Amino acid sequence: MIELEHIDLDQGAFALRDLTLEVPEGGYAVLMGASGSGKTTLLELVCGLRQPQAGRIIIGDHDMTNAVPAAREVGYVPQDGALFKTMTVREQLAFALEIRRRPRAEIEARVSEMAELLGITPLLDRLPPGLSGGERQRTAMGRALSFRPKVLLLDEPLTALDDETRERIMQLLQHVQQHTGVTTLHVTHNRQEAEALGTMGLKITQGRIEPLDLGKGDHA
Amino acid sequence: MTVRCSTEWRPPGKGSDRLFLTGMGILLGAYALLILLMLAADFAYVGGAGSDGSFLRSFVRAFQSPEIRSAMTLTMISCTLAAILSVWVAIPAGYLLSRFNFRGSRLIDALLDIPIVLPPLVVGLSLLILFQFLPARVREVVVYERPAVVLAQFAVSCAFAVRIMRAAFDQIDERCALVAQTLGCSRRQAFFRVELQEAWPGVLTAATIAWARALGEFGPLLIFAGATRNKTEVLSTTVFLELSIGDLSAAVTVSLIMVAAAIAVVMTARTWGTKNLNL
Repeated sequence: MIELEHIDLDQGAFALRDLTLEVPEGGYAVLMGASGSGKTTLLELVCGLRQPQAGRIIIGDHDMTNAVPAAREVGYVPQDGALFKTMTVREQLAFALEIRRRPRAEIEARVSEMAELLGITPLLDRLPPGLSGGERQRTAMGRALSFRPKVLLLDEPLTALDDETRERIMQLLQHVQQHTGVTTLHVTHNRQEAEALGTMGLKITQGRIEPLDLGKGDHA
Repeated sequence: MTVRCSTEWRPPGKGSDRLFLTGMGILLGAYALLILLMLAADFAYVGGAGSDGSFLRSFVRAFQSPEIRSAMTLTMISCTLAAILSVWVAIPAGYLLSRFNFRGSRLIDALLDIPIVLPPLVVGLSLLILFQFLPARVREVVVYERPAVVLAQFAVSCAFAVRIMRAAFDQIDERCALVAQTLGCSRRQAFFRVELQEAWPGVLTAATIAWARALGEFGPLLIFAGATRNKTEVLSTTVFLELSIGDLSAAVTVSLIMVAAAIAVVMTARTWGTKNLNL
């Protein structure tokens, strides 16, 4: 579950006021909004890269408002993946588990499992400069999911992909969500993407969240 | 009916591009030629035109001189120490200046340029004056002693290393470190595991430039460390000392040894960097 309660964030020209939203356990929420409306900022609030001036952030059953990013157990996939340039795909998938000092055998098993799930097993020894846009997104998703986070945050993961790759990654996102049951908040510009993937729709306008009808008869 | 006038725009022809690139090429070639001619003149002088022996004999004589050998050893050690110290300071300094806009960061930024823009003699004089305020025991250990050589070289080299490290961190996407934090890293872990790994080519460049700057340092050394033979004499001061006793041939030979040392360090760093760091 992701819950934001009465969040205030002031950053000079940009502000979020009394922002409230809730994504239930296992839900797949899509968040839409114009450029500069605060979609990425909202994701950064959830994963702890920004601190609100007021309000509470609840992840799972815990109040994480003042927790450091490392303690929040949030898988974050920023725009274009932001992969670590000096690490192979295998090292990226193992990164979060190595930080948590998991046993070597467990790390190897999890890396294989994630690579299998995301279809990147042949890429495990490649470095990011040699990857295509779709491969980069799969790697970034694998890295974010490797440590079994409670929630997954996706920042426009399908932007800048060609139609065929976009279609494949959309199917993959559905598959991953069904397979892992991870609560997901997915930021997108694309209506078709939102309707295909989301179990609930949200729209951010002038610093406030409103429900968005995805044409499935359900609302936020 | 349209009237063609002389000011009518016409698409540029291939000749225009050729002229543009030729102009640039001439400037590049002229500078490269100047450097080559300077080196060639040094070699020619040592090889016979201005000296009393063969090219090889001049070098053998230089290497046989205990003073020059001592200066060479001290140069290698002091430049390496100055480069290590510079990088050790420049990594955190460059990181902080690149990542944080803290109170006083602009002032510190400007302050770090001072060793670059100050006349070298002033750097040496300022170090000498600074040590007059320190306890006599510290002064005796440093001033006009070997530690002064390293400190004088470090004072200037470090400023260059900081500039390079700051540029290196500026080029690294900060989001990678932020993602690392969401994956379970503290800021320290994100720095060492992600940002510093990506900054290695910058570290190598900073170390190379710091080493080369230290090698070329002369003014601050003369004032702060002196030019005592077999004690604080480094290769740059050897050139000065040989010149002052009128041995131009020895001065040029030592200069060429410095050129060779600088080229060897830069080439080694580049080759090693290309092989190990995907530069």
